[in-house]
Amino acid sequence: MRALVAMSGGVDSSVAAALMLEAGHDVVGVTLKQWVGDDGSLPVTGCCTVSDAEDARSAANRLGVPYYVLDHVADFTREVVDRFGREYLAGRTPNPCIECNRRVRFGALFERMEPLGCDVLVTGHHARVDGEPGNRRLLRAVDRAKDQSYVLHMLRRDQLDRIHLPVGEMTKQQVRAHAGRLGLRTAAKPDSQDLCFVAGDYRDLIRRRFPEADRPGKIIDLDGTILGEHDGTTGFTIGQRRGLGVAVGEPRFVVSVDAEAGTVVVGPRRALASDGCSLGGVSWVAGWPPRDSAVLVQVRYRSDAVPARLVRAGDDWEVWFDEPQEAIAPGQAGVLYRGDEVLGGGTIARALQGAAA
Amino acid sequence: MVQAHRSGILGPPMSDILYLDHAATTPMRPEAREAMSPFLDGAFGNPSGIHSVSRFAKAALEESRERAAELLGSAHPLDVVFTGGGTESDNLGVAGPALASGGGVVTTAVEHEAVLETARFLARLGRTVGVVGVDPTGRVDPEAVVAEIGAETAVVSVMAANNETGVRQPVAEVVAAVRRLPRAPLVHSDAVQAFVSEAVTLDRLGADMITLASHKFGGPKGVGLLHVSRDVPLEPVLHGGGQEVGRRSGTHNVAGIVGMVAAMEASVRDRDRFRTDVAAVREEFETALEAAVPDVESTVPAEARLVQHSHFRVPGVDAETLLIRLDGLGVAASAGSACQSGALGLSHVLTAMGLDERAARSSVRVSFGWTSRPGDGRDAARAVAECVEALR
Repeated sequence: MRALVAMSGGVDSSVAAALMLEAGHDVVGVTLKQWVGDDGSLPVTGCCTVSDAEDARSAANRLGVPYYVLDHVADFTREVVDRFGREYLAGRTPNPCIECNRRVRFGALFERMEPLGCDVLVTGHHARVDGEPGNRRLLRAVDRAKDQSYVLHMLRRDQLDRIHLPVGEMTKQQVRAHAGRLGLRTAAKPDSQDLCFVAGDYRDLIRRRFPEADRPGKIIDLDGTILGEHDGTTGFTIGQRRGLGVAVGEPRFVVSVDAEAGTVVVGPRRALASDGCSLGGVSWVAGWPPRDSAVLVQVRYRSDAVPARLVRAGDDWEVWFDEPQEAIAPGQAGVLYRGDEVLGGGTIARALQGAAA
Repeated sequence: MVQAHRSGILGPPMSDILYLDHAATTPMRPEAREAMSPFLDGAFGNPSGIHSVSRFAKAALEESRERAAELLGSAHPLDVVFTGGGTESDNLGVAGPALASGGGVVTTAVEHEAVLETARFLARLGRTVGVVGVDPTGRVDPEAVVAEIGAETAVVSVMAANNETGVRQPVAEVVAAVRRLPRAPLVHSDAVQAFVSEAVTLDRLGADMITLASHKFGGPKGVGLLHVSRDVPLEPVLHGGGQEVGRRSGTHNVAGIVGMVAAMEASVRDRDRFRTDVAAVREEFETALEAAVPDVESTVPAEARLVQHSHFRVPGVDAETLLIRLDGLGVAASAGSACQSGALGLSHVLTAMGLDERAARSSVRVSFGWTSRPGDGRDAARAVAECVEALR
């Protein structure tokens, strides 16, 4: 078998490549170049930086496998960066890693697999695939603290037949130990924050690239009382307490941001709670929606999945939490699980209050 | 467990590789290696010194300069300025006169980045920069160059032949047209790609400055020269100890310079054979490729190109994928526009020629060189055809 290994320069994908070699497969390593600075250079911080590409190249050299950098700058700019600005103005803050996976990375990698003569796509994600071809399931990683199944929920069921996630079966400690034995210089590299540069400084990105989206305006209370002014909405995220510059008796939190109007709505902590959320653009990596409406839903990359009920609402879906959840952020992914199995997921369109219809 | 592989210093055995990327760099000629070896070993002296160790190095350096001047048909050895390579020579040849005079530059849209980025640097300093387009065959119109020249133009830079497509530019005609102006600017030409197969010298082109890079004609990397009359006022781009009559500071790379000039001599001596034999290999390649892949499209006709360059596309076949496939077969080719990361960028040269993105991203460069042998063209065509077949 010949494996196309998406190498990010991190320890996980380096070890994924090594594991494929050890299993007796041919390996081709690739890095997708997705972003260039204004001067055409690769970014120096965040995902796909110069040093990351060099780390990936170094790992590939050490393993003795061919390695290529593939240019996807145009797709990434169009599908992730430009879209990010539009979404932000529309009141949503997308997760760029998920948008990149959905719109650029996996499409590009699966598309290139066959032309490059490869039979399987391998990434260093901490998640697992089990089952027989045609009947595969996407599962959480063995190392729950490192689980990345959340950012893979958009995979199609048929793609599970052609993807292999070898490090999902290992703990991070085992991965690092393996990298150390191989002498990979990435062995001790700190974990990335799973954020690419877009997420890392998305506020900067908006200010630089979409200055018109960072509108000044009013800070208002839930009842419409004007509490103050601000220089631009990008300084605020839902759930934020500090730096609001408003003084009222009870602590105030950002409840919602209307980027178009430039309005930041604040309220007491209890106003952050939502009873549910609606999901748009839902896909089912399990193949189809579950028959049992009792599911677990994860509404942020780093948070636990909580019990909820799933209700169809036209083309979209509604998720009603068993217990109210705080700081639901439109634009983030809502991913549905049954135990460790990823069922599917979509993008949070809005928070819901009240009870299921 | 897999044995961690320490990438060997020798790389892949060249006997197993079909090397079709001589335009990127070409193997060292044995004459260069032989000439260099004393200077990598006992003769380590710094030519700028008063003792015998320096003197020996200095003698070798100046002897190389005289030989280079002779090979370039120059009147005076001091017209040869040794540099750290083609990029540095281009920087000196373009920025040097502009910075010395306060003027700007006129160049073409298909120049190497070493020229274009230097022009952009000058633009950032507030100098007037004109960039002249090319026709669909990649050629610049001498009259269009002249039309772009203004009173503030200090230097015109037009390459002898393009590094991606191999398209030869009418430099002599540009020079003649420029010289008709009442106040003619200087003319610089980047001959890095052309020199191995074309007698591009100052006297033949009539230009004021020519850039050459050692490793493109069988010398070592990291060394080059700017052939420029010592009367031309140049502001140096490297400041320091004042070597090269103040035009290029920095301790001389004696071994590199000696190797470059030995390679230059071998290359000039071999040029007639090269033009015949390498052209034959390239023709063999193109004929075989057209037979195997009938819809292959040549970017420009052969007569517009350097004899060693092929540049083509197969409609619907992505260049990056094709090149990776070829690499898997031990065939080394290129698209000629790789960036630092190794990713294929969108070629500014092909864009300037009016190719759309799809066509540009399908374009591949195959370039032959002094080590190419009869049969290489046929083998190359067979490999390309095999990959195209697999991709369709």
